[in-house]
Amino acid sequence: MSEAEARGILSGVFFMQGDIACAEGAICAGCRFFAGYPITPATEVAQRMSERLPTVGGIYIQMEDELASMNAVLGASWAGVKAMTATSGPGFSLMMENLGLGVMMETPCVLVNVQRGGPSTGLPTLVGQGDMMQARWGSHGDYSIIALAPSSPQELFDLTIHAFNLSELYRLPVLVMTDAEVGHMTEKVVIPPAEEIEIVERRKPTVPPEEYLPYRPEPGELVPPMAIAGQGYRFHTTGLTHDERGYPSTADDSAQWPLVQRLIDKIEKNRAKIIRVEYDHLDDAEVAVVSYGISARTAVWPIQMAREEGIKVGLLRLVTVWPFPDEQIYELAGHVRGIVVPEINMGQIVREVQRSAAGRVPVFSVPHPGGGIHNPHKVLQAIRQAAGRKLEE
Amino acid sequence: MEQLKMESYRTDKTLEEHGEAEGLIKEIHGVHPMDYLLRTERLPHIWCPGCGLGTAMTCLLNALVKAELDLDKVCVVSGIGCTGRVPGYVRLDSFHTTHGRAIPFATGLKLANPELQVVVISGDGDLVTIGGNHFIHAARRNMDITVICVNNFNYGMTGGQAGATTPIGGYTTTTPYGNYEYPFNVSALAAASGAVYVARWTVLHARRLERSIVEALLKPGFSLVEVISPCPTGFGRRHRQREGIDTLRYYREHGVIRHGTDPRETDIALGGAIIEGKFVDIEKPTFLEQHARMLEHIAGK
Repeated sequence: MSEAEARGILSGVFFMQGDIACAEGAICAGCRFFAGYPITPATEVAQRMSERLPTVGGIYIQMEDELASMNAVLGASWAGVKAMTATSGPGFSLMMENLGLGVMMETPCVLVNVQRGGPSTGLPTLVGQGDMMQARWGSHGDYSIIALAPSSPQELFDLTIHAFNLSELYRLPVLVMTDAEVGHMTEKVVIPPAEEIEIVERRKPTVPPEEYLPYRPEPGELVPPMAIAGQGYRFHTTGLTHDERGYPSTADDSAQWPLVQRLIDKIEKNRAKIIRVEYDHLDDAEVAVVSYGISARTAVWPIQMAREEGIKVGLLRLVTVWPFPDEQIYELAGHVRGIVVPEINMGQIVREVQRSAAGRVPVFSVPHPGGGIHNPHKVLQAIRQAAGRKLEE
Repeated sequence: MEQLKMESYRTDKTLEEHGEAEGLIKEIHGVHPMDYLLRTERLPHIWCPGCGLGTAMTCLLNALVKAELDLDKVCVVSGIGCTGRVPGYVRLDSFHTTHGRAIPFATGLKLANPELQVVVISGDGDLVTIGGNHFIHAARRNMDITVICVNNFNYGMTGGQAGATTPIGGYTTTTPYGNYEYPFNVSALAAASGAVYVARWTVLHARRLERSIVEALLKPGFSLVEVISPCPTGFGRRHRQREGIDTLRYYREHGVIRHGTDPRETDIALGGAIIEGKFVDIEKPTFLEQHARMLEHIAGK
């Protein structure tokens, strides 16, 4: 059996739906546990996993709701298996409770959100990008999170693998914030040979059980090595504020300070390693479009049109949305005279762009409540406005 | 002097304070035969005087030893509440999860590594009120886990509120005029949902309880042991049981051992009989056995 076969990797070139590519990315990353609940437009991820996991020695289980799905994923991860769930808006809301538990217990796993229009049940079959702030702040309390925003089926494949790697490296749930358009889009997807796929494995304790403290990082590190269940470490973990032994410490803020600070620092102090953005035609640009997911693709045509009109405009595409690329946006704001932010919500990530631009240039929001992608002419109009052109009637 | 030392205990302590407490524990109670299964540095526990949880936890630990399980493979999982604190005291791989979610967490652990012996111990409010949906679905799937539900008929940790198990007429801090909602019967709920093993004991019947937990641990599939337990602070004192011992007397007077009773006929009413015993012990392929059948099926294709 080849390495690819052994790892269940279907190397080759495919015409593949985004949701399916996501599931295949998970299999490549070594995911062997999926717990989910059917929800449009994420259901195909679950369907593919229900078909594929039993053939590669994994477990698929359809839980009774998304509260249970997220918890089962956390449990599986603590048993040492890479685990994932996939959902959309209403399910994402239910998962917030135990996303927080995953953050607090420092549990590697991947949560995919194929976003649809909201609020509430909203537009089950139609696109939205309205969960971007929920991804950052959705569970109660303070923490940092990692969220990636794929804009094609290929990238949904690639970034799902990357999400698993980041989750193991930084010990937290990593969010893949895609959308109904990308999830349901069918395009060319290349699954590389097994040996070309980089996989990060969890760091295990190097000390014997009697010396092991589950929440004490090694000197100079921020992420503690993780023992898994059943190996004699006899560790305790809790959603309560805990000390380095994992024991509750809730009488005062003596454990809260170092714990919450470290949960944030382990992400924020590694921003340079985590953050990925893509620059296109920005070298000479006077206007920048900053976008992500399907909206970054909608921006391609208006950028071309504006260039034909003589407006020097380029695209900064956010691949990592959280932690937010503050530094990259600040620097960009020093080079251009205006920034345009199209997104399928009424203005979420544009706030971050404004914050990061720190008043250096005007920032123009191109909102959309969900239910469709942007009319490219609206994006073009915003580019013209940012370039200081007179608007057409 | 001794008095002073006792006062230095706190329910939650910093790392440094724990170390100090450890010395005190040895001084005060010496070495106990169960200490090797307890996180003694975390003692004393947070439970009130007269609470039944000490007995329930001791029964669980004794049962784990008597069932001759590989203790390195045992995972103890809980949700939130007084019973939810049990995993924090047992020196085993232990998980204190969110309110109501112990069972799905346990499901993930068990399915990802079937070699693990996964035990859920949590309260009635956690398992059948906020977590009721997970409870019935794990029973329906015949998930390979053991669930110990410590039922004290109220929410103890938050100060004695009513829940889905509070009997009609029960006084709690949120039913000041007496509860008028119909309660769940935990054992009947498990049996109706598909559990293959169901037993109920009060903490007064500790040896029988321990034996049932051993049986439940060794039973493949979803097993439930309902433990009826005193909560003098939240429930007892509003029902003429000022102290834990009063509730134990009540159990002696009202407990009726009747193995094999139809679980539908075991409802618990205020002042009525508490039917105890083993109600269900049947054979049915478990979730993992069903899963293995599916794998055989696809391999044969």
